[in-house]
Amino acid sequence: MSALLVLLLPLLAAAGIALVWKKDEEFSAQLSIGAIALGFVLSLGLFAFTPAKPQEFAFNWLAVGDLKISFGFLLDPLSKLMLLVVTGVGLMIHIYSRGYLHGDRSFSRYFASLSLFTFSMLGIVLANNLFMMFVFWELVGVSSYLLIGFWFEKHSAADAAKKAFLTNRVGDFGFILGILLTWLALGSLNFTELASALDGKALPFASLVEPLNRLVGSTNWWTVHPNVLATLVGLLLFMGAMGKSAQFPLHVWLPDAMEGPTPVSALIHAATMVAAGVFMLCRIFFLLEIPGSHALEFIAWTGGVTALLAALMALQQNDIKRILAYSTLSQLGYMVMAVGLHAPGPAMFHLTTHAAFKALLFLGAGSVILACHHEQNIWKMGGLHDAMPRTWWTFRWGTLALCGVWPFAGFFSKDAILASALEHKNIPLFVLGVFVAGLTTFYMSRLVLVAFCGNARSEAASHAHESPGVMTWPLVALALPTLLAGAIGIDAFIAKALPSEHPSPNEGLLNNLFAPFNHNILAAGFGLLAVVAGWQLARTLYTNAMSDPLPEKIGVFAKMARDRFYFDELYAWLIRVTQETLARLADWVDRWIIAGFVVRGTHGTTELVGRVLRLVQTGSLQTYAFLFAAGVVLVLAWQLLGTSPTH
Amino acid sequence: MNVGLEHYLTVSAMLFCLGLLGVILRRNVLVIYMSLELMLNAANLALVAFSRFNDNLTGQTMVFFIITVAAAEVAVGLALIVALYRKRQSAHVEDLTSLKL
Amino acid sequence: MILPDALFYLFAFLTLLFGALVVANPFSRNPVTSAMFLVLTICAMAGLFVLLNAFFLAAVQILVYAGAVMVLFLFVIMLLDLKEEQRRKINLFGIVTGSGAVLGLGFLLTRTIWGGDFSQTATPKVIGDTKALGLELFTKGQFLLPFEIVSVLLLVAMVGVILLSKKELK
Repeated sequence: MSALLVLLLPLLAAAGIALVWKKDEEFSAQLSIGAIALGFVLSLGLFAFTPAKPQEFAFNWLAVGDLKISFGFLLDPLSKLMLLVVTGVGLMIHIYSRGYLHGDRSFSRYFASLSLFTFSMLGIVLANNLFMMFVFWELVGVSSYLLIGFWFEKHSAADAAKKAFLTNRVGDFGFILGILLTWLALGSLNFTELASALDGKALPFASLVEPLNRLVGSTNWWTVHPNVLATLVGLLLFMGAMGKSAQFPLHVWLPDAMEGPTPVSALIHAATMVAAGVFMLCRIFFLLEIPGSHALEFIAWTGGVTALLAALMALQQNDIKRILAYSTLSQLGYMVMAVGLHAPGPAMFHLTTHAAFKALLFLGAGSVILACHHEQNIWKMGGLHDAMPRTWWTFRWGTLALCGVWPFAGFFSKDAILASALEHKNIPLFVLGVFVAGLTTFYMSRLVLVAFCGNARSEAASHAHESPGVMTWPLVALALPTLLAGAIGIDAFIAKALPSEHPSPNEGLLNNLFAPFNHNILAAGFGLLAVVAGWQLARTLYTNAMSDPLPEKIGVFAKMARDRFYFDELYAWLIRVTQETLARLADWVDRWIIAGFVVRGTHGTTELVGRVLRLVQTGSLQTYAFLFAAGVVLVLAWQLLGTSPTH
Repeated sequence: MNVGLEHYLTVSAMLFCLGLLGVILRRNVLVIYMSLELMLNAANLALVAFSRFNDNLTGQTMVFFIITVAAAEVAVGLALIVALYRKRQSAHVEDLTSLKL
Repeated sequence: MILPDALFYLFAFLTLLFGALVVANPFSRNPVTSAMFLVLTICAMAGLFVLLNAFFLAAVQILVYAGAVMVLFLFVIMLLDLKEEQRRKINLFGIVTGSGAVLGLGFLLTRTIWGGDFSQTATPKVIGDTKALGLELFTKGQFLLPFEIVSVLLLVAMVGVILLSKKELK
């Protein structure tokens, strides 16, 4: 039951803050932090002391006909690990937020939203069926909306919140369709039941083929094949992940979501929420790998394309948070690609390490932003490494982890993904992954060199000073897993839940440290090579640079990267065109059908009848008498003339 | 051919039609009212004829009541005409078109 | 039995003639003339009543109609002090359509009457004299309540007339 407690504590905190202690800012922060801290401790207990065998407990929530939906928890290594990530990273970010948002007008509202988000995220993690997961999925969307639009007085923030919400709608639409199809075909939404139902079944979606064929009217040469359905279900479910994890082409909302407060970016748009999509894919992996389904290939390439595009866009961003946002996109692409390469284990592994170091990077960025008086442009920073030693050190660790430098955590997880690509004989994706790793190193080095090294390029940067302890200690606390998470056997722990082709033996810290090289030297070697290449290139270009030399070198490509390859413009244009067409159509329907025919038609008919009837209404007594007599004559004639007289 | 019910009824019907013609065509309210009395009497004649040829008195009783009611009706109707004339200074139906708003 | 038939044709002719003169008198458009011809119509009709053995009703017809009601009419005509009605524009369309409707009605009624089967059995014996009608009204009990109600109706009519005739009628 402690899982239930972990889930409900943040909800109670959110409700308490929103309903009772809104005025007491200090107490609301303590309440929120206390709830998640307790949750973290309980999660640690669950992680350490419960058996690895999946445990499930549930109670019935609602039953509609055949559909029985239970509200229940599934405690397996996957959810336990995610619990730990969410509460652990979340705790650090809660503490950090107290310092970052100190003095904000809506301090209490912030913590209430944050607790609500934690509750929703934990709900996704613990859900034992797709329906419950979807409910919390949407709750996460709502709390994300609240947090992105936290400074809703700013138009850009309000717009970003809307954009995130709407983009997620597109994905969720597919998600719920996928859920419905799954239920139709397999009659259950429970993960365990689904998994056992699919186990060893040749064509699980065959039962849906018959009605669908009837629906679309199949012919001899064209029928719906069960494999098509299996692929379709996989892709529809993936659409949910596409929205939440910001995969191409629904990636546009994530960079804009940086309008929210920086700790929010760290928690939601780097460490946890965007990882929910990947987590979901791992949860339902058995649905994706049905024999005959081609969903995974699509997923792999979507992830790869996202990783590449986002890394290219990150090259020319100047906003420190946006660089990190694009790097998040890129890393999420990695994870999705790993899922697509039949390697959910490495995906979860990368998710875990990424949560730690990306949260660290975002919090470090927040610290920098605060020190430079809310300046986010890296070209107006510089020379911060002296003024902010603790931020500098932790940020550098985070960067090393992100780039994948041995022995930092990122190296191990990224290597696992690259190795999976190799093992799966997918050379194009392997090359792509290595190339993106090089790009990652390049843009992160650029960020570090420009923002922290060299000389201060603005007044604010030169007077920067270290942030208070409430903000720096979480950085330090997060730096630790950034260094260690790779080698302490997390991948082996995940393997208990997600058996993968990539073996991850747990043979002690020292062995683990060198396992990637022993296991697949090619992947590790190319990964490190890419890092070195990226670093060298960045160092020659950006050491002591006063402005970006890249646009001169690669010209129009740099501008395209800076303008995010015009996806936003493309979508805006698409939406404008669709909307305009629809609006014209609606206008036409309104003008001619509704106003013209229905409204004016009715009123015209009524008026015409009225005009005709008015002719009768003369006011003359005798006309009435005449009409009366004529009426009587007509009625009598009708009655009498029909029947012949009875002679 | 002996005079039978048909003959009386024919007289009654013709009288009724005459009255109706008066109601429709005449313009003077008083004459219209007299025509109405004519129609009423036509109905009375028919009832008495029915009574006679059905060999019972119910029809005549009916006529007795009709005459009583007609007396009352005439009184009220004439009072209305008088009141109307006081207001409009006319007993001509074409001047009485207040039914048309 | 030739006399009653001859009398019927006489009275029927008189009734219709006088009735026609009530409705449309080619020599006078004065309402007083119409009223006088209505008196004559009623008298002729009383003759028809007598032929139908309705002696009491014939008397009542003359007493109430020709006496009371027509006096009322004449009083009102004089009270209103009607001038000779000016010839107004004749509404030819109205006359044609109105006559058409009435003729249609007449046609229908006659057709129905003569198409019906009124074959009589024995010679009717009912005599509508005062005694018979009085017994019919008061002894069998079925007309007692209506009789009383009619008396109330007369009272109501009286009150109504008084109210209507008051000068300050609004």
